[in-house]
Amino acid sequence: MMLDFRISRRGVLAGSAVLLASTALPRIAEAQEPKKGGRLIVAADSEPRNLNPAIVASNGVFFISSKVVEPLAEASFDGKDGLAPRLATSWEGSADGLSVTFKLREGVTWHDGKPFTSADVAFSALQIWKPLQNLGRVVFKDLEAVDTPDEHTAVFKFSKPTPFQLIRNALPPLTAVVPKHLYETGDIAENPANNAPVGTGPFKFAEHKAGEYYRLEKNASYWGKDLPHLDEIVYRVLPDRAAAAGALEAEEIHLAAFSAVPLADLERISKVPGISVISKGYEALTYQLVVEINHRRKELADLKVRQAIAHAIDKEFVVKTVFLGYATPSTGIVPVNDKQFYTTDVPQYAFDVAKANALLDEAGYPRADNGTRFALKLLPAPYFNETKQFGSYLRQALAEIGIDAELVNNDAAAHQKAVYTDHAFDLAVGPPVFRGDPAISTTILVQSGIPDGVPFSNQGGYRNDELDGIIAKAAETLDPDARIALYRDFQEKVAEDLPLINVAEWGFITVARDTVKNVSNNPRWAVSNWADTWVEA
Amino acid sequence: MNRALRLIRRRLIGAIPVLLIVIVGTFLLLETAPGDAVDAYIVSTGGDAGLIEALRQRWGLDQSPMTRLATYLWSLSHLDLGHSVTFSRPILDVILERLPNTLLLMGSATALSFGLGSALGIVAGAKPGSFRDRFLSIGSLALYAVPGFWLGLVLTVLFSVQLRWFPISGIETIASGKTGLGRALDIGRHLVLPVAALGFIYLALYLRMMRTGMAEAWRQDFVLAAKARGISLRRIVIRHVARNALLPLVTMLGLQSAQMLGGSVVIETVFSVPGLGRLAQEAVASRDTPLLLGIILVSAVLVIAINLIVDILYAFLDPRVGASEATA
Repeated sequence: MMLDFRISRRGVLAGSAVLLASTALPRIAEAQEPKKGGRLIVAADSEPRNLNPAIVASNGVFFISSKVVEPLAEASFDGKDGLAPRLATSWEGSADGLSVTFKLREGVTWHDGKPFTSADVAFSALQIWKPLQNLGRVVFKDLEAVDTPDEHTAVFKFSKPTPFQLIRNALPPLTAVVPKHLYETGDIAENPANNAPVGTGPFKFAEHKAGEYYRLEKNASYWGKDLPHLDEIVYRVLPDRAAAAGALEAEEIHLAAFSAVPLADLERISKVPGISVISKGYEALTYQLVVEINHRRKELADLKVRQAIAHAIDKEFVVKTVFLGYATPSTGIVPVNDKQFYTTDVPQYAFDVAKANALLDEAGYPRADNGTRFALKLLPAPYFNETKQFGSYLRQALAEIGIDAELVNNDAAAHQKAVYTDHAFDLAVGPPVFRGDPAISTTILVQSGIPDGVPFSNQGGYRNDELDGIIAKAAETLDPDARIALYRDFQEKVAEDLPLINVAEWGFITVARDTVKNVSNNPRWAVSNWADTWVEA
Repeated sequence: MNRALRLIRRRLIGAIPVLLIVIVGTFLLLETAPGDAVDAYIVSTGGDAGLIEALRQRWGLDQSPMTRLATYLWSLSHLDLGHSVTFSRPILDVILERLPNTLLLMGSATALSFGLGSALGIVAGAKPGSFRDRFLSIGSLALYAVPGFWLGLVLTVLFSVQLRWFPISGIETIASGKTGLGRALDIGRHLVLPVAALGFIYLALYLRMMRTGMAEAWRQDFVLAAKARGISLRRIVIRHVARNALLPLVTMLGLQSAQMLGGSVVIETVFSVPGLGRLAQEAVASRDTPLLLGIILVSAVLVIAINLIVDILYAFLDPRVGASEATA
């Protein structure tokens, strides 16, 4: 019955709201006294080789290390500007955009007992986030110095005006603070703490048994009053995608996040007593299903051809069939669930095969005798089942308009090289992430001048001076409203010129036993610190 | 004994060129796969061109393939397997950590398929063409035709999810603090399903081989002679017919060890057993060439060692073989 709701876009939203309500309400209504102690066992599908979130700002790393190493602020459903304080208690930007002042939490100690001070923040920002971090290299590129007038104040100084709005939006994913005293000597990239992180978080890193599990232990001297509730968190490594559902049913694990239980299993497992399927808690981690286009290819450099491809894709069908309803059709490059920047005021490409065919005829690519206009190579990213399945769908959709797409399936390393380094593709299917601000990891999808080899960036040889101009201007616009206006303009231009085609966007699904409480209570729940999570006996 | 020692020495010397060919072949094969360790790493992290270049330099991937192969062979000649960039640890440590799990899994599965397979083979071969022979032959073939991962999944759904008799995955209870006998029992309980899944598939091979061998042996003159001498049927089956059919099975045992190593990749993934097979898969996915070479080297040594043991066993079972080895 749920599936019937999800035929239209509004239907999808309504459907997921029903889903949400059905799982979230009983939890709120209960509001029991949290039980202290116990072990939470969750599924992990990969073992990141660097667990330092200050260097590798990625969800795979955060999933484990966010409980150990804390950022300055975390995302929140009801906090001001969508933030809740963590290591910083307040933050304020100067009017000229050249400095941001953080007041830091007092009485915080590292897991090895040393006090946490502003020197740690200054060190992390200047020695790690700016030079070494995959995302920090962009956001903190103009960070010049961090003044530490006292132990609990850190003042970030920028060489060029930097929008405070951007810094604020970047706080949850980009600002994990690591201890200076452990990192100041020796090579940061080779530091042993990268594999056994030391932080200020509610849990201490206890052990990692490669191929088996990670174990975190309660930090008894955590700054949060009476937190954490749990004694232990264990991440069980389950590489097989079918394993997580079985382990949940057999009560060997309590929770599987990041859609570790495949979408196809959700309907069945949601009927198992004692297990809930939860789609909440990923609002700030929106993944986007995108058709990447190689503009070096003569046919694809023609806007009419790109428009034709956009019209050939039935987004509703993709959401219904590939994502089984657990996604939303995209309207543009900023996802629908973004509260600050999103606009609907952009050109739309309705599913219309006749129009697509007409556009291709107009562009001067008539069908040959065998019904084909031209052939191209299509490379779906292997990272998700859904990207691969959409690749197969797209091949069929293109066949309808006379484009013969040859599917090339690679593993992760080969895909990275083929698409982002060698540009040996015509169309690719990618899953970039929207991280709360277009400047963090979204504008690079269309911006020109990005060196070869950078994943999830414009490697299609696309160049649009007007768009580059808007991106550059927004990067130095301090007034939040003016900045938002620029990014709305940006969304419109992208939808108009189609440097890439946004098809759908999805958050992940958490499947948990009902004994686990306080699940999905913030927009980055899976990668937040789980201090208030507890397990019913 | 002297004969066995000579055999071992000859085999070891003969193994060196084999190992060298295996190493160079694997290296070249992995070299032609698109993408390198940095590509595999950057996929999960993202990063810009500067970072990519720095990593390539740090991991020595900026050198030509031939230089890297030469460096690897040089350190190998000093018995150094090198350092894994995936695990940031010496490769030998990583492999030795996983090897016991794989050996345990493979050893138990081989024992199961060989033991049960030949026993059922005797049952079937005692009376070729009978109902139980047909039943066993067809049943075992059906098992052989089942893909390993599917059998594994069915076993977990039935025995872990529904009946909850055995743990669903892993090699032992996580951070249980068990030691000694308690731990051994815990590991045993975890091994039941993966061993069954791996062992049942190869069971058919031994069963059918035993059965065929026995069916042939029945037609031999010495069986007729034994019957004529009035020896009991049971004794004829076990002492005369089965024993003669056993020899090819031992040969199969050696050959099968390599196959089993391949099958364990699938079973280790389905049951989340941290073994060598899964490690090899991870090494390929992360393009960790030295790690993969290390695994293949260790596996090759393992297969060579097993075949050596089989040969010695063979010489013991059939004196004619040993004699020809010694004079050759």
